[in-house]
Amino acid sequence: MIGDRRMSAAGSSSGPTRREALAGAVAITLMPRAALADDAADVRAAIQRITGGARLTPGRVKVEMPPLAENGNSVTMTVSVDSPMTASDRVTSIHVVSEKNPIADVVKFHLAPRAGRARVSTSIRLATTQTITAIAAMSDGSFWSGTAEVIVTLAACTEAG
Amino acid sequence: MSITRIVVPTEVKAGAIVEIKTLIRHEMETGHRRDNFGKPIPRDIIHSFVVTYSGEEIFRAELFPGVAANPYFAFTTIATGTGELVFTWTDDTGRQTVEKRMLKVV
Repeated sequence: MIGDRRMSAAGSSSGPTRREALAGAVAITLMPRAALADDAADVRAAIQRITGGARLTPGRVKVEMPPLAENGNSVTMTVSVDSPMTASDRVTSIHVVSEKNPIADVVKFHLAPRAGRARVSTSIRLATTQTITAIAAMSDGSFWSGTAEVIVTLAACTEAG
Repeated sequence: MSITRIVVPTEVKAGAIVEIKTLIRHEMETGHRRDNFGKPIPRDIIHSFVVTYSGEEIFRAELFPGVAANPYFAFTTIATGTGELVFTWTDDTGRQTVEKRMLKVV
């Protein structure tokens, strides 16, 4: 449940009294601090798993997403990597990492030497406004990254009903 | 039987870069939701998608709950020769959906 970290205070207020609404507002303003620390640690851990501690250089990776998503349940994403895609110099995998979803890993693509072009598209869920990072692993062992920031007006629905 | 939609060009030139688009109908239940009684809804997502071309793997995706419902993928491959494309999706219940398409190279 995404609400665990950020939205539980808001979620519990069905017909709030003034006092509850105030308490909720205070909780919301106080919560992101702790949540942010958690999220940053999650993302760092995920990136560490992907790169194995190797250097991650910003660049060569382009993440195309709409700057404003009305619905976080499905947001289109295209990742392209500047690479000749030859047998000896190519992208071997692309990892997509979310900053604020409950799970940092979103999707991993494994490209074959015959891919021809380092470009993949999919649709992902966004729990809230955040930065999405794509990491490309190259055949020479280097890692490159690119980001896209998406403002989400309606979060991916994790509650039933 | 899952509903899938696959777009592959009918005929391509040898050496051309071919774009393949796939979609499969699936809830992609995240495992983070609860039902109306507060009971957690167990996770059931497609966690693996593999594509082979004449028996050789050309694309593979590992999916997490962050992939939207009805997973969509578009990717490319070089048309090396007429051959069969095999698409395999596997979900958490172990259910596999397999689709096949011929890629005709002229």
